[in-house]
Order: sequence, then structure tokens, then C-alpha cells
Amino acid sequence: MSSSVASEARNSQARNSQIKTSQGTALPLVGNDIDTDRIIPARFLRCVTFDGLGEHVFADDRQQDPSHAFNQPQYQGAKILVVNRNFGCGSSREHAPQAIARWGIDAIIGESFAEIFFGNCLAMGVPCLTAAPETVTALQAIVQANPGREVQVDVENRRVTGGDFAADLTLADGPHQMLTLGTWDACGQLVAQAEAIEQIFGELPYVNWANAA
Amino acid sequence: MSTGTLFDKVWNLHTVGILPSGQTQLFIGLHLIHEVTSPQAFAMLRERGLKVMYPQRTVATVDHIVPTDNQARPFADTLAEEMMQNLEKNCADYGIRFYNIGSGSQGIVHVIAPEQGLTQPGMTIACGDSHTSTHGAFGAISFGIGTSQVRDVLASQTLALGKLKVRRVEVNGTLQPGVYAKDVVLHLIRKLGVKGGVGYAYEYAGTTFEQMTMEERMTVCNMAIEGGARCGYINPDSVTYAYLQGRDFAPLGREWDEAVAWWDSLRSDADATYDDVVSFDAAEIDPTVTWGITPDQGIGVSEAVPAPESFGEGDRAIAQEAYAYMDLAPGTAIKGTPIDVCFIGSCTNGRLSDLQEAAKIAQGRHVANGIKAFVVPGSERVKQQAEAEGLDKIFEAAGFEWREAGCSMCLAMNPDKLQGRQISASSSNRNFKGRQGSASGRTLLMSPAMVAAAAIAGKVTDVREFLPI
Repeated sequence: MSSSVASEARNSQARNSQIKTSQGTALPLVGNDIDTDRIIPARFLRCVTFDGLGEHVFADDRQQDPSHAFNQPQYQGAKILVVNRNFGCGSSREHAPQAIARWGIDAIIGESFAEIFFGNCLAMGVPCLTAAPETVTALQAIVQANPGREVQVDVENRRVTGGDFAADLTLADGPHQMLTLGTWDACGQLVAQAEAIEQIFGELPYVNWANAA
Repeated sequence: MSTGTLFDKVWNLHTVGILPSGQTQLFIGLHLIHEVTSPQAFAMLRERGLKVMYPQRTVATVDHIVPTDNQARPFADTLAEEMMQNLEKNCADYGIRFYNIGSGSQGIVHVIAPEQGLTQPGMTIACGDSHTSTHGAFGAISFGIGTSQVRDVLASQTLALGKLKVRRVEVNGTLQPGVYAKDVVLHLIRKLGVKGGVGYAYEYAGTTFEQMTMEERMTVCNMAIEGGARCGYINPDSVTYAYLQGRDFAPLGREWDEAVAWWDSLRSDADATYDDVVSFDAAEIDPTVTWGITPDQGIGVSEAVPAPESFGEGDRAIAQEAYAYMDLAPGTAIKGTPIDVCFIGSCTNGRLSDLQEAAKIAQGRHVANGIKAFVVPGSERVKQQAEAEGLDKIFEAAGFEWREAGCSMCLAMNPDKLQGRQISASSSNRNFKGRQGSASGRTLLMSPAMVAAAAIAGKVTDVREFLPI
């Protein structure tokens, strides 16, 4: 992905872009089971667009903890977020990855991701790649010690490098294909199968019962 | 790879094709929408000049933002009013059935779809809401999605998805008195962890679930997602069919008989293979309460907040975070923890039987001094049925407030919120930091009967002490 793509434009102009690499400085956010209520508290969901969500990312955590990584001056402008286990658990709100992306993050590396969060990121073209806990911890430590260091996430080859650090990453083949082929926004491909969809509709009993919704 | 499970059969029947990425294009039989996660999806449709492919397969209601006291329009919260108008316009523009406030059928999306018979076995069901797993109680494959995926379902009635593995989660035996479906699911999450289900659909099986009513099964499946499983389900049986028959959208006459035969054929085969199997004994489950900030930080009501050493390395840091946030030191008995607010409601526990069980505890007793306690029916129909039985009068006589239907203080996108460091006993599903509307507010999850008991005692207590012997 070109990191020059303005994050606010995501979901519109960039939707067919091939996402093969991402690079920039990184932001280590340490902690397991960070839920989407923390990423974007529910009061910010009172909206009909995603505009402006970036400034509210982790609003309550940042307010309560001035040392929160998203508050730290050395991490402003970061493109790569490095998280731990089960990141993005809880609510399905796409507002959470939208807030992260609109803050400026282009790619996320973590020990593991909650299922719905991962799917939301994929549909937005934000790659979420996983690595063993010790790899993630090591990367977080390196970034903390060298906040300005450029990190490259090679989505295509499932690898992260930064200075003398290099490690393999994991990304399932399906999402990998969607990102690197530029079909992560599946809408067009799905709609194009109208005939096959109509066939399934015709075959499923329940949609055709007289009393169906 | 699992074979012969309900999950496999339903997945295969709904597979439109395999996309170039290798993902499955899956047909979605029922799409539910609400005001929070759909506005941007409709905006994307308009921007791309797309239509809604099958408007009759999408059903809308409003639940998260609705005030549960004064529902007069326009809402006092102008942002909530804007969301409301946006949903009304989208449904009108695209010909989508919308159960609005005052229709008699509005309510929490995961309460109204089952109660109207929209939710049926063998369906694939998606909604921009993680608690869509609820509908799996009927033997449907149902899961939460994000807004871009809501757009995809509106435009194509399909989604691009990778197939989940299936874990059979067995619980056998009879629950002790005072132990409810909520305790079962809190116990399972405690044992399997909040990420244990990532990558899996959970098939809940065994005699304990077979003995449950549909409303109890919905409580269990509702919280599959809190254990990391995007989807949870129970094979359909005579209990499912008895619940469904005669509801608004249930098939009729000859089609009913055909439906039952079809649903029976979808049940997991006796020799089905699973990717994993785990088993629990119902007799070991006590009334369960969460003490921390993730739904797996739960303990039996007679236990104490666990010591840091009792956790694996990966869980110790969040346990430390929880002790500090909750102001509960390791070794503290959870029973006796003073509380400020009691909330009965939500898509987990806002159905009629939940209110009936809570009313049994409230009847003839009174909420303790200084406690704010309120009951929020899950839907307009639940409210009306509860009032027909006089439950509202029981609650009000006991000092509980009786409200209008909505999500209320489960997630506090409406006026119902904790204030400051208040601590709630809540029948909802998430005890995350700040979840109930105050950035420092605290939540203890438990069954509705346990919440009612806590309201009366003014502190966490064992509901079994309130039951007739």
C-alpha cells in the first residue's frame, strides 16, 4: 500500500489498491485483550459517518493515562501498530478500526486478533498480521528503544523488518490474496455474481415459503 | 476439518462460490440492521450507485440509542435524533421493513427477530452487531459483521468469508437451583477464556442445553462472542419447533411440515467430526459473577478474587489491571461487594423469562437504600407481556424503575449510564472498562436473578439464599 494514501480517503478512492507493503515508524501498544470499547468508546458511535473518529481513538484510556502510547510524542505519525493478544475483542463496531486507520495507522502486527475486528480491517484494506508472542514482544521493545526507526511490513512475503530486526509473519492465504490482489473491498466481486446468488436464493427453502419475511 | 455438523451443512447450502482469493462467497438468509452500524453502509451504497439486492431479506429496528424513559421525538440528544432520522430515511428509500418505536414490535434486534419468528433453523444470519451469535440458539449460523460488510450484504446478500472450525462444547447434567443459563455461559468463558473461541464456531451440546428453553439457549449463544467465538449454535429440536410454531414469520400448513423435516436433516450427524471437543459437568456450576474487566474474569459467588499466581503468564498483566481498575484486591470475597446500580435487561437477559426470574426474587422485598435499580424489557412485546403478568407492578413495588425497551445501560449510547466510579450489578454481557458509560465505571456481570438479589441486599449476594427451599 502506498502510505501516501490519505487515511481519510480509505473506503473510497483507494478501494481497488493492491496492498503489498507498508512502511513507517511503529507504535507499540502493550496489553492483551484490548477491546473495541476501549479503542472507541460508545459515545463516539453517535454519528452517521466515520469522519473525525481518528482524534477519538482510545479517548478514555488516553485521558486516564497520559503515558498511553497514543499520547507519546515520539509515536505521532506512526503507520504500523504493534499489539499483543486478542486485540479488538468485543463489539463488531467498524468504528474501532476506522478510528485507528484515520489516526494514521496503515497496518497492524499482533499476537492474535479478534475475529470480527480482523474481518473489519480486511474489508477496509488494513492488513493484520500475526507473529509469535516473543517476536511481537521483541518488536515492541525495539520500537520503544528506537521510536524513530522505520519498520517495513512486507504483506506479500509476510515479513517484518526494521534495522537489524527481521521476522516472519502469518497471514492466512485468503486475506493475503485479497490484500495483495486488491480485492479486499469485496463488494464489486460479490455483486458481480448476481446470477449465482439468484440461483442459491431459488434453492433455499425458507426464503420462498409463503409466510417468509 | 469438521464434517457432518450443522455448521458444515448450512455453510455448504449457502455457498454461492469460491472467490479468487479462496474465500467463500456465502449467501446471507437474514440480514438484521440497526441505527449504529448501518448509516455508513447506506452512504457507501449511494456513493457507488448500488441497490439493495433483496430488501425483503433485511429487517431493521432501533435499539442502541433509544432513551428508555422519555421517548418523545425529536430526542433530546441531537446526534441520536440524526441517527434515527437517517435509519428512517434509509429504510423508506430502499423498501426495508422497519420496526420503529411505538410499532409494538420494536426492541433489541436480537430479541425481536426471534420473537417474531424471523430467526429460524438452517438460516445464515448476519448483523452489524457482535451479539448476532444469539440467533444460533435456533440452529442458525449467525455472526456479527462490520459496516463495510453490512454494505456487502445490502448490495449482494452475500459476504466474503473464511470458514470457521467447529468446537463441540458439551455440558451434561442438571443445573442446581439458582443456577441459570447466564451462569453456564459465564462459567464456560471463565474456563475457555476470552480468546479460546477465536477461529471457531461453538456447537453447544449435551443434556444441559437440551433441557434449556429457547430463551435460555439464546442467553448462552449470545455470549459465544465473549469467549471469542464469532458464532455459537445449538442443534434444533422439538423445543425449537414448539417455540417457533405460530410466530409471525414461521411457515404455515404444509410448509411447516416440510420445514421441520428440513430442519431435522440439518442437525449435526451422530458421527460428525469436530475440530475440537470439550466437556463440562453442569453440577459443578455455581452462580457466577465477574470481578474484573474481561468476561473470563469470573468466579463462583462464594469464591474470592483470584491471586495473580493463579493465572497463566499471558493473563497476569490484565488481572493486575483489573485489580486496580475494579479496586478489588486478590483474596477479597466477591460476595458482600457493595454496589451502586442494578441493571436488568440487554440482548443477553432482557426476555420475558429473565424478567420473571428476577421478579420472583423481587416480589415482597425492597431494593436497599441508596441503590438505583431498573428493569429494561428487551422489546415492546416483552414489555407488554410482562405488564400483562403484572411484573411491572412487582418491580415497582420493590423499588425498581420500569422502563421502555432498548439496549439501555449495556453499552450506554443512550441516557442510561453509570456515573464516576459507580459499580453495577448487571445482567448484560460486557464488563469492559468504561463499557457502561463512565470512563471509570465498574461492572459485575451476573444472572438477572442475581442482579435482583444484589439490588435487595445492596451488595453482591447468593441468589440461592432468596429462593424458596
